Amino acid sequence: MSYYGLLPRTEFDSLIAALRSLGAQVIAPTVRDNAIVYVPISSSTELPQGIHDRQAPGHYKLSSGNGNRWFAWANGPQALKPLLFSPQEKLWQVEHENDGGLNFQVQITDARLTAVIGVRACDLAAMCLQDQHFINGDHIDQAYATRRQDLIIIAINCSHPAATCFCHATGDGPVARDHYDILLDELDEGFAIQSGSARGKEIVNLLALQSLTASHEKQIQAAHGTAIEKQTRRLPAADIPALLYQLQESTRWQIIGDRCLSCGNCTSVCPTCFCHHTTDETSLDGTLSTRLRQWDSCFSQDHSYIHGFTLRPNTASRYRQWLTHKFASWVEQYGRSGCVGCGRCISWCPVEIDVTEEIQQMATEAGHA
Amino acid sequence: MHDCQTPWEAVVVSRTQESPTVVSLGLQFTDDEQANAFHFQPGQFNMLYLFGIGEVPISIVSDPRHRDEFIHTIRAVGRVTREMAQLQPGDYLGVRGPFGHGWPLEAARGKDILLTTGGLGCAPSVSVINYVMQRREQYGQLTIIQGVKHMDDLIWRDRYEQWMQLPNTQVLLAADVAGPSWTWHVGLVTDLLSQVEMDVSQATIMLCGPEPMMVAAVQKLLDEGADSSQMWLSMERNMQCALGLCGHCQYGPDFICQDGPVLAYDRLKDRLGKKGY
Repeated sequence: MSYYGLLPRTEFDSLIAALRSLGAQVIAPTVRDNAIVYVPISSSTELPQGIHDRQAPGHYKLSSGNGNRWFAWANGPQALKPLLFSPQEKLWQVEHENDGGLNFQVQITDARLTAVIGVRACDLAAMCLQDQHFINGDHIDQAYATRRQDLIIIAINCSHPAATCFCHATGDGPVARDHYDILLDELDEGFAIQSGSARGKEIVNLLALQSLTASHEKQIQAAHGTAIEKQTRRLPAADIPALLYQLQESTRWQIIGDRCLSCGNCTSVCPTCFCHHTTDETSLDGTLSTRLRQWDSCFSQDHSYIHGFTLRPNTASRYRQWLTHKFASWVEQYGRSGCVGCGRCISWCPVEIDVTEEIQQMATEAGHA
Repeated sequence: MHDCQTPWEAVVVSRTQESPTVVSLGLQFTDDEQANAFHFQPGQFNMLYLFGIGEVPISIVSDPRHRDEFIHTIRAVGRVTREMAQLQPGDYLGVRGPFGHGWPLEAARGKDILLTTGGLGCAPSVSVINYVMQRREQYGQLTIIQGVKHMDDLIWRDRYEQWMQLPNTQVLLAADVAGPSWTWHVGLVTDLLSQVEMDVSQATIMLCGPEPMMVAAVQKLLDEGADSSQMWLSMERNMQCALGLCGHCQYGPDFICQDGPVLAYDRLKDRLGKKGY
């Protein structure tokens, strides 16, 4: 770790100002509708000061404490994902000309420099997976690529994992390793600051920092250790892809399927789920049609529809598809599991399905204790 | 600017009514640069878009060397294809492609080819037949096994009858339901595999059609000594983006639109024929 110094809490707005001086809109966590979400802010007063969270399977609740910390909570429902892979967006439009000709126009994604403050290690890992999917494959998704290029990431090491978190088990957190421009560690007095890119260094150089003491560094080390110790959820040590493939015909899928509502909450909050579908909206006068895309879920009825029938007609088969894709076939597609241990699918499941528990059950069934 | 998600304008150049419900449309891009840049392999597909109706994946049946137009054979079965089958020369539509991976016709050069197709006018297989017929000297024995549900579903009957007359070419036809004018086999396409005159252990085997048919045919061919590494299947799944991005066509680790639609049997065998994939 090489810290530049300490950004005092009272000077945090100078970071926001520095980001704005680059022309960036600044997005940071704030409390809205009883959840922490990432929205444009203009001042540090909008950050969730003294807010804590309690998360458990099917449970998410914020509370106001008396602390002065701004990041003393684990991730809410929203990841970086919607800022890069938009929940709904226009891809192109086509004009139907008088002679029947078709004039197609690509939607150009607005390039807007955006800085996100408070990105956690799990979401950085998820972003890397979405990068692989949307920009490092055979076909580049232009909308994602444009937003990705215009993203400044101010990450923060997670000091308060929730009971649902297991990023240490997946190897993705709680400490951010790379892919950030600036990395913060929160202390009572302010923020220890590091940079991870040339752009990050430029921004840090605009700030008036105080020196970081040995005591500060000790506190940071201790916080990193505590953030790991707080995580109680684990994944079995077994070869998870192998055991999931081995158990494709297990009766356990039906047991989960009987509980699962197929609501798609898990895929909406999952920071790596990438499925989307397209729809066309045509004007009433028949002169213009717009191609839109929206997030989709493998739990939806239409997801596996093919000329006249649904390949995955029941919830058990959809849950099997989701879990097997996330933890097994994802490894073949992208070289690692599609789970970054953020725990959102556990907190936001209305019937409290816990993915770590389900995989453990599978491991037990397969003979791996 | 144009990206791979946005169609190009194309015009219907030719139209052939193959049967009451099947039509072949010859298309060409209106943009000369795009027309010149467009190259494909048999087994690949395009996304065809009809204004205000929607977009569907359709395989290309014409020969890659044929540059005046590229041909799609469309069966009017769904909302989009029913409208598409109404198109006339001079009508416009949107086209993007080609997408996916086609048949291993380079690797099959010099070898015998066994093509087994079933169902309703399997266009991906016709692209292979056309390709091999145009380059007949480059391939060994060609055996075509085509099965249909009802004898009236067989399109291009005259072409099959012509191919039957060619040297080194065997054509076997089957219909589940047939009348007196059907002179070939009545029953399943897999019944015909025992009549194949080539050494299947040395052949490149290409299959296309409903999955239960392909599963049954693969099993029978393996029993007769076919080399599993030389079997290729054209797969169908829900394809929307055709770019491996939207996720609908996933089949285990593969995106059928991008890694397929033609995939090696060895790649598919763990899931093939099982429900839920």
